[in-house]
Amino acid sequence: MTAVTLAAAPPPRARFGRRGAGAVIVAALIAFGTLGPLLITADPARQDLGNALAPMFGDYWLGTDHYGRSLLARLAHATGLSLALAALTVAGAAVPGVALGLLAAWRGGWTDRAAGALADMVLALPGLLLVLLFAAFAPGEFLPLYLGLALAQWVEYFRVTRATARSVLARSHVEAARLLGFGPPYIARHLLLPELAPVLGTLMAFGMGTAVLAISTLSFISIGLHPPTAEWGSMVTELLPYYAEAPAHVLSPAVMILLTVLGFHLLAGAERP
Amino acid sequence: MAGILRPLAGRAVQALTVALLVGLVSFALMHALPGDPAMRIAASRYGPDLMTAEAAERVRAELGLDRPMPVQLAEWVGRLATFDLGRSLVTGAPVAEELEIQLGASLWLAGAALALSMALGLPAGLLAGMRAGRLPDHLALAAAVLLRALPVFVTGLVLIIVFAVWLGWLPAAGFGGWRDLLLPGLTLAFGLAALSSRVTRDATAAVLAAPYVAFARTKGLPERLVVLRHGVRNAAIPVVAVLGLQLVYLVEGMVVVESLFAYPGIGHALVHAIIARDVPMVQGTALAMGLTFVLVNAVVDLLCAALDPRQVAR
Repeated sequence: MTAVTLAAAPPPRARFGRRGAGAVIVAALIAFGTLGPLLITADPARQDLGNALAPMFGDYWLGTDHYGRSLLARLAHATGLSLALAALTVAGAAVPGVALGLLAAWRGGWTDRAAGALADMVLALPGLLLVLLFAAFAPGEFLPLYLGLALAQWVEYFRVTRATARSVLARSHVEAARLLGFGPPYIARHLLLPELAPVLGTLMAFGMGTAVLAISTLSFISIGLHPPTAEWGSMVTELLPYYAEAPAHVLSPAVMILLTVLGFHLLAGAERP
Repeated sequence: MAGILRPLAGRAVQALTVALLVGLVSFALMHALPGDPAMRIAASRYGPDLMTAEAAERVRAELGLDRPMPVQLAEWVGRLATFDLGRSLVTGAPVAEELEIQLGASLWLAGAALALSMALGLPAGLLAGMRAGRLPDHLALAAAVLLRALPVFVTGLVLIIVFAVWLGWLPAAGFGGWRDLLLPGLTLAFGLAALSSRVTRDATAAVLAAPYVAFARTKGLPERLVVLRHGVRNAAIPVVAVLGLQLVYLVEGMVVVESLFAYPGIGHALVHAIIARDVPMVQGTALAMGLTFVLVNAVVDLLCAALDPRQVAR
């Protein structure tokens, strides 16, 4: 596979600037998602039908939706929900992926081949198709959605962990440590982890972006979370009929998605291999 | 010739995996959904008024839904192997018949999206690569990063608001003439071009910095011939190779774009089948999408081999 780099050898300072910008955006979003629901006392489900589709920067800071619900409150709750669900998905993909990758690299042989075959099986279908098939079991519930997303994403962690671990384990200083009698836990923590951590960090930041996109997309096509839950994708679906009168209202959840994914992509640094 | 057979054999295994995976999940779906499958099928066949307990029993006996699970599973796989996809539980029409129409509509959309993405991504990438590190390069990078961070449905929504609502140039939804293909095609093309323009840019920059290009220039070839004879084909290799990756994006994007634009394609059908719990249609549409995905990937493999015979010889 061809490695795609962002720009022709960017100077280290520029790379830090990009990651720094990503970190600021992500931190701001986490603050909005956690503190927002506490500070904004408006109930995201309270309807004010006399004030439906109120304009932005009026009585309501970001206006209201078609039921007169405060968009600011709904966006704050949706931000917390999306970040939490995405983090859960990333953890659900990374933990088994890394564990299997380590196992495959350590044991080699039969274990390695079986795990590789499993990974190939998952990759035979485009990820979203797999998630949709899983979501069909119980549309509108998060559990099958989460299982499908984690199942579609663990392969990446598995492959990267396996490749990195294999190359590290083959080096002479690791062999020396093994001969000296250091056990697998010591080698994993002190020799493997420092090499693995930055790669996994990049993957997980990209994974957060992918998960946020997938969760909102599935809600948008009415297969993920359903209204009245405040979720970015389903908020767009709900407001879609009003795109002629209130385009800014329809696009406000979209701006949040854009910011979130952009933040995580910038935080990840280089483009995905 | 033997070299090309190995990747093709891999694709054949992949196609089999897709068929088995979709078949097994669909079988599980049939039995895991709440309610009695025989009742569901009877209701869809005869309508809610004629759906009696006897009708359900007849369906149960006919389809063998009362037999042990392993026997039913073997039958299910057997029917799959003979391409007997059954009938839709909603319309009652054979699944294969509906798939033919939907797949045709989707292939038109996919073709339009790919063509538009080439028209957008290749010139942008070429320009950025030839001016690497300068303004066009930075602009193309910013556009690509931004487009990759937008979900497909938001890109589509913005296009609808601009071109259908404000300017009124193109229809916001529907199916018929070529004008209906433009907005959904463009939506997918933007996402595809975000990746292909970056790959084109890297390939162009790498090729132009290669020693053989420097040599071609030194020996006095005009710049036009340098690019045409030595540049294009070498730069095309990674661009075609990454088409395989883009197919994943295309298949995933089609599901969303077809729903957004009410385009009667196969992705739209899959979403509706899931919501209506029409298991035969879920299986049929997922199978058709998965197998088309594998087939097009095989074509990309062949294209790559034709462009770069070294890979085959290896």
